[in-house]
Amino acid sequence: MCDSCGCNVTPGNKHLAYKPIQNGGSAVSILKKLLAHNDDQAVHNRAHFNMHGILVINLMSSPGSGKTALLEASIDALKHEFRLAVIEGDLETENDAARIRTHGVPAYQITTGSACHLDAHMVHEALHHLNLSEIDILFIENVGNLVCPASFDLGQHRNVTLLSVTEGDDKPAKYPVMFRAADAVVLSKIDLLSVLDDFDPAQAEHHLRQLASTAPLLSLSARKGQGMTVWLDWLRHELAAQRAHAQDGATARPHLQPNDTDVNIQTGFSS
Amino acid sequence: MPGIFMTKCCLSNRLRLMHELSVCQALVTQVIDIAQQNSAREVLTITLHIGPLSGVEPALLVNAFPLAAAGSVAASAQLVIEPQPLRVHCQTCGADTEATANRLLCGVCGDYHTQLISGDELLLANLELMS
Ligand SMILES: Nc1nc2c(ncn2[C@@H]2O[C@H](COP(=O)(O)OP(=O)(O)O)[C@@H](O)[C@H]2O)c(=O)[nH]1
Ligand SMILES: [Mg+2]
Ligand SMILES: [Zn+2]
Ligand SMILES: [Zn+2]
Repeated sequence: MCDSCGCNVTPGNKHLAYKPIQNGGSAVSILKKLLAHNDDQAVHNRAHFNMHGILVINLMSSPGSGKTALLEASIDALKHEFRLAVIEGDLETENDAARIRTHGVPAYQITTGSACHLDAHMVHEALHHLNLSEIDILFIENVGNLVCPASFDLGQHRNVTLLSVTEGDDKPAKYPVMFRAADAVVLSKIDLLSVLDDFDPAQAEHHLRQLASTAPLLSLSARKGQGMTVWLDWLRHELAAQRAHAQDGATARPHLQPNDTDVNIQTGFSS
Repeated sequence: MPGIFMTKCCLSNRLRLMHELSVCQALVTQVIDIAQQNSAREVLTITLHIGPLSGVEPALLVNAFPLAAAGSVAASAQLVIEPQPLRVHCQTCGADTEATANRLLCGVCGDYHTQLISGDELLLANLELMS
């Protein structure tokens, strides 16, 4: 494998990689992930986190599903138990980081202008604005978008996708890539269920299982404090599990993320 | 990146192009590296393997490619996309069957405890270079 791009063409085997085509051209076989550059950075980020025994949670959802509200409620419940911090990537409302800081935890706002997702490089840059040795759980609030964020590993240990009851219960069927990536799905704003007769939580779970997802479905209302215990216990459990992994020199990673060591898929040359 | 795309993505198709543009930029960066290592003057063809669960829309990728490749050694390359089949392995009955993006159940016993065998690929498969 060559160092600069990770492809499997080296000066030594270069002649093997070529097959003559018309007009003196040549074909080279690669089979490498398109987002390998991002994935490599994500592996590096995860190593940073593991070194400090931090659990990193990536929160994803449509705009307005309640990511920031869930963070605020979680911070209020956990800030005396764990050292928390937030990387804000949601550009929908510029004051999300300010909202978080009023709850007494450090928050860094990624300002990328108008990106439709966070990537591992943005998160790495943000890390240098946080004191990692003083964090137990780091939350990353991703850009409100059910499409792009699922494709970019940031180095997180767990993906959490929110689905609010004001959205359709068929969202998992419409956005399979996003919901399949979730290690836990939060059904948010359940205090509104009584006034919304067209959202059926059982139907939402049905669509989720159709994606072969075994992720827990955690129903809660951050505003009314309903269902928060199960979510907070999930976080406690994940932190303990990640710390146990890190002590063994291993790591938790989102269930869909391949092992960091085989980020680059290699095959032989075709001829 | 042209100004017109510097806007919020991605729910409408036009705006969603921005996402495929960022994927194309990653692609072009890789292609330029490989072309350089092989002292290629020009990239003739780029072949990608893309599965239905890759998170990118092949048609949008094709639209975004010229923007990302403009001015590079890959500017006039043809982008060929080989779609990959969606297949799952059932942990309950052991069968390997075809599936669809929002119905990844075992085709034999219907169980949802399945693993993807193929269908989430987002790979640069090969290049045809002119030296
Ligand atoms: N009724 C209700 N509203 C909520 C809840 N959580 C958030 N919201 C409201 O939904 C809107 C968007 O919430 P926000 O946390 O900013 O969503 P984000 O864009 O995902 O960060 C705000 O007006 C919140 O007050 C909840 O549990 N119940
Ligand atoms: Mg927010
Ligand atoms: Zn995007
Ligand atoms: Zn089966």
